[in-house]
Amino acid sequence: MRLIKQNIERDGSGTITLFPEEPEDMWHAYNLIAPTDLLRASAIRKITTEGVTGSTTSKRVHVTLLIRVTSIDFDPQAGQLHVGGKVAEENKWVGVGAHHTLDLELNRNFTLEKKEGWDSVALDVVREAIKQDKEGTVPAVVMQEGLANICLITEHQTILKQRIETGIPKKRSGRAGDHDKGMTKFFEVTLETLKRHVDITLPRPLLLASPGFTAAGFQKYIMDEATRLGDKAVLANKGNLVVVHSSSGHLHSLNEVLKSPEVLTKLKDTKYSKETRFMDDFMTLLRKDDGRAWYGPTEVEKAVEKGAVGRGGGVLLISNALFRSQEIGTRKRWVTLVDKVKEDGGEARILSSDHESGVRLEGLGGIAAILTFPLEDLDEDEDEEQDEEKEVFPNGTKQESII
Amino acid sequence: MRLGTIAVREALPPTAAYVTDKEIQEPLWHYYYDVEKSVAYLVSKHTPKLKMAKKENVKVKGNVQGSRNDECSNPFSVKDFFGDMPWLNIPLGRQATFIAPLYPRGGLLGGSPDGVPKMSKLQVLAAARKKKAQEQKSSGSTLVEAPMANLTLDSSKSREPKAGSSSRGFPQRKRKDSNPHEKAPTPVKRESSKAESQDSPMETPPPDQAEPSAFANTMFSTPPKPAQQPDSFFTLPYNATPIANTDPFAGPSPDDVVMAAQSKASGKGGKGPPKTNGEKRAEQIANGVEALKMDDTPRARSKNLDVLAEFEKAETKNAANFVVIGHVDAGKSTLMGRLLYDLKVVDQRTIDRYKREAEKMGKSSFALAWVLDQGSEERARGVTIDIATNKFETAKTAFTILDAPGHRDFIPNMIAGASQADFAVLVIDASTGSFESGLKGQTKEHALLVRSMGVQRIITAINKLDTVSWSQERFDEIRTQISSFLTTAGFLAKNLAFIPCSGLHGDFIARRSTEEAAKWYTGPTLVEELDNSEPVHRALTKPLRLTISDVFRGGIQNPLSISGRIEAGSLQNGDALLIQPASQKCFIKALEIDNAAVDWAVAGQNVVIHLSGIEEQYVKVGDVVSSPASPIRNVKELVCKVLAFEVLVPMSVEVIRGRLSVAGRIVGILGVLDKGTGEVVGGKKKVRVVKPGQLARVKVELERGVPLEAPGRVVLRSGGETVAAGLLE
Repeated sequence: MRLIKQNIERDGSGTITLFPEEPEDMWHAYNLIAPTDLLRASAIRKITTEGVTGSTTSKRVHVTLLIRVTSIDFDPQAGQLHVGGKVAEENKWVGVGAHHTLDLELNRNFTLEKKEGWDSVALDVVREAIKQDKEGTVPAVVMQEGLANICLITEHQTILKQRIETGIPKKRSGRAGDHDKGMTKFFEVTLETLKRHVDITLPRPLLLASPGFTAAGFQKYIMDEATRLGDKAVLANKGNLVVVHSSSGHLHSLNEVLKSPEVLTKLKDTKYSKETRFMDDFMTLLRKDDGRAWYGPTEVEKAVEKGAVGRGGGVLLISNALFRSQEIGTRKRWVTLVDKVKEDGGEARILSSDHESGVRLEGLGGIAAILTFPLEDLDEDEDEEQDEEKEVFPNGTKQESII
Repeated sequence: MRLGTIAVREALPPTAAYVTDKEIQEPLWHYYYDVEKSVAYLVSKHTPKLKMAKKENVKVKGNVQGSRNDECSNPFSVKDFFGDMPWLNIPLGRQATFIAPLYPRGGLLGGSPDGVPKMSKLQVLAAARKKKAQEQKSSGSTLVEAPMANLTLDSSKSREPKAGSSSRGFPQRKRKDSNPHEKAPTPVKRESSKAESQDSPMETPPPDQAEPSAFANTMFSTPPKPAQQPDSFFTLPYNATPIANTDPFAGPSPDDVVMAAQSKASGKGGKGPPKTNGEKRAEQIANGVEALKMDDTPRARSKNLDVLAEFEKAETKNAANFVVIGHVDAGKSTLMGRLLYDLKVVDQRTIDRYKREAEKMGKSSFALAWVLDQGSEERARGVTIDIATNKFETAKTAFTILDAPGHRDFIPNMIAGASQADFAVLVIDASTGSFESGLKGQTKEHALLVRSMGVQRIITAINKLDTVSWSQERFDEIRTQISSFLTTAGFLAKNLAFIPCSGLHGDFIARRSTEEAAKWYTGPTLVEELDNSEPVHRALTKPLRLTISDVFRGGIQNPLSISGRIEAGSLQNGDALLIQPASQKCFIKALEIDNAAVDWAVAGQNVVIHLSGIEEQYVKVGDVVSSPASPIRNVKELVCKVLAFEVLVPMSVEVIRGRLSVAGRIVGILGVLDKGTGEVVGGKKKVRVVKPGQLARVKVELERGVPLEAPGRVVLRSGGETVAAGLLE
């Protein structure tokens, strides 16, 4: 993403014009645009005019529309963002108040203005989005016998591209061949699908993770196939096919993959491996149960109030899903929390909800904190908590009280 | 050359005068000045000349071939060339004599194309009857119909050329197959078969001619055999009669003319006509009937047995399943291999073969394990990957061994095995250091898992005692440690048994030890101890439940088969089943127990079910089979009471029940329970963390709907470790 123009006053009002360049930028835009914002972007609109005789003619026109956002819809697989809203500025074809859904396109500017002004988190998102030194995408196949998940790990997202399930006959006495045949078939399907989603000849790591020998078998299969077909590009890329151990073929095993030594040497300081590490640290502390690790909105808020998340190891982990709240008040609540932690000298980490670590955090209510000193009994007066928690989940998801 | 040219020119008719000298000379040269052959060649080459040339041949007797022509008034040479078009040269006279006697014969033979008309009459009758009886079913009949139509055409076709030859007056064109092709303006798709039949009348009929015989099968007990088709000399005269003087070129379509003529002359040659319309219709109906039949066959008919009564009647041995568990490389597979070998379930030859092969791979000590480790990867790596099932019988009981993998990566497979087991055999490596590492590793995890899967009884086989020279101290040490561990895990002391043994050598497995050092042990051997197991009560009267442990192709007859252990209820041939989570209904085509076909099966038995009426994609390992009358439901969220092995917080877990494994997430901890009373402890206070050893009620949300129901036993795993196990609520 490129920053084309920034025009922000001291009080936070003003506009920012951005230029998305790659699908990942749509994800940033998704985190940036919130309901009630004003968004200006180019659009194609069908205009229907009625003649004097009652006959109608319709034509498509390119217009630049300014809309007041009411809904946002993001498709992570296609990297498309649809922003719905009401037109806020009249022009030759469209009147104020008409509904329109803008499909943000790559390589087309859009301008955003926040109703409540630009807060620190939003500006952080912009800063993150326009960062130039990006880590590349790492494709990974998490598999077990008969199941493979092909996914792409980008800096901010883990995108599940395809899930493959094939039936493999189990071993039975006298039918050993069936199982081997089933495995070959499974590898064949997986490789075909993988090739369709990922260019396996690119010189970047390709993670193959599985329990047991499935991933090693798959790596061997890829190499055998390449040798058979004389595919030099794949053969030369052999060093980048990294076989990693995971405990299962389900996607949530990806966190084991990301913290395995094989991967860490290759992708040491990527954002996601850092996030994963933070989550692990938190889990370790939680296991100890010494009052230094807390999760859940109310508890963490209380801890921050008491200044426990501050200088010297205090970390606030917060899922960016919380900032997507439809209600202004909720967002504000989290922004103040983040600001307070930063003020205290603690570290505030906004975890991507589209990553494994973010998903784990979401399980804990979307927010967790590592405290500098132990605190007990943060989880009293739970009745009050119940009410508040409903606000936490913006889309009214099934999640309910977790603590 | 010159003379030859003149001779040929003489032989050629005046109409063929346009043939140049050069054209004549060329064949002459090639035939070594054989005038006769040259003429024949020219005749064949320049069709307009043909008849004239022939006439000349007949007339001019001064030629070389003259003497032969005298006898049969037929140019032998031409006959040679048109050997496969015999009608060309058959004299009218001969045809006339042949027809009468041959006609009925041809019909009776029923094999050649001529036979078909005979058939068709019956078909028409059948068609009429069928039509009354039922609606015509045309779907799918077209395919079979085509070859049949071909047949019809063929017979009429062989008639046409006859017509040509008998009238002799019109010019024959070119040679061989070109002539029938051009004559008949019939549909294009039949062209090929036509050409075939014309080209080589002697050949066995084309394969598509065989098709109608299948049809005929349904109509007649004996199918017509087109293979018996007599040579064309035989068929032709018979065919020729009705249309002897028809000029195929005069009519719009020779086929039509033939058909029309035949239909008029109903008595004699008129058996063909109804073929065109009636026969097709009849065939369609017949095909429809056949198609209906095909639908019916796969569904096995239920004998409506009272399975429970049958089970009471059948005096079967006690059946027991046991799972063999233990740390990786404790010698589980080898121990079981030895057991099967000593009980003569596996013969000496097989073992010898395994030994040879294992030695070749440099793993001679693995030979016995190969009895159970059948997979190529398992053998190459020397590790059991998946559950192996094997059977053996003692005097009292029929046992099924479930040999579980010890490696921690394959614990889901081990759970699948343990969920089918009535009791467990825990194998422990007694050699120095191995026992200690095992206790920390899978020895402990496996024991806890089988306990949480509901296994009550555990036999501990302390293996590899030969490596510590049958030291009794070692045995007692291990015994004390294990029994204290198992009692804390919830096993009752009376349900524990300890046996020293050596899987590699076979001491105290099926026989007593011959070792001097092992004389101190006087207890039962492993097999004797196994036999002490009490019969287990089965849930026979409950609704049917079976978790599919394998989906495979059971052979050509059975494209889709499943296997598994019936957990509850009973089933019999022809029963309807419901497969969850796909919610697909299907039927039992056949049942097998221990490779023998049976009519019914009850809970506790390991059964192979051949299915019908379902696609493969709906049946997966881990799916649950239930009866449509009392189906199991798919759930996406479950509440279970679990015993925590590790710290439980809201997190991603894998929910495993038997072969079923699904990703999920603990979304809430509803409370920590008191182990004795099951009451929630700590009042209303919310629980953030469940510590190891605590009993808690948790809510788990699943990635997709799966068939689970109370009181099922589930295991929760996360990050390669078993974090909790418990009961569904």
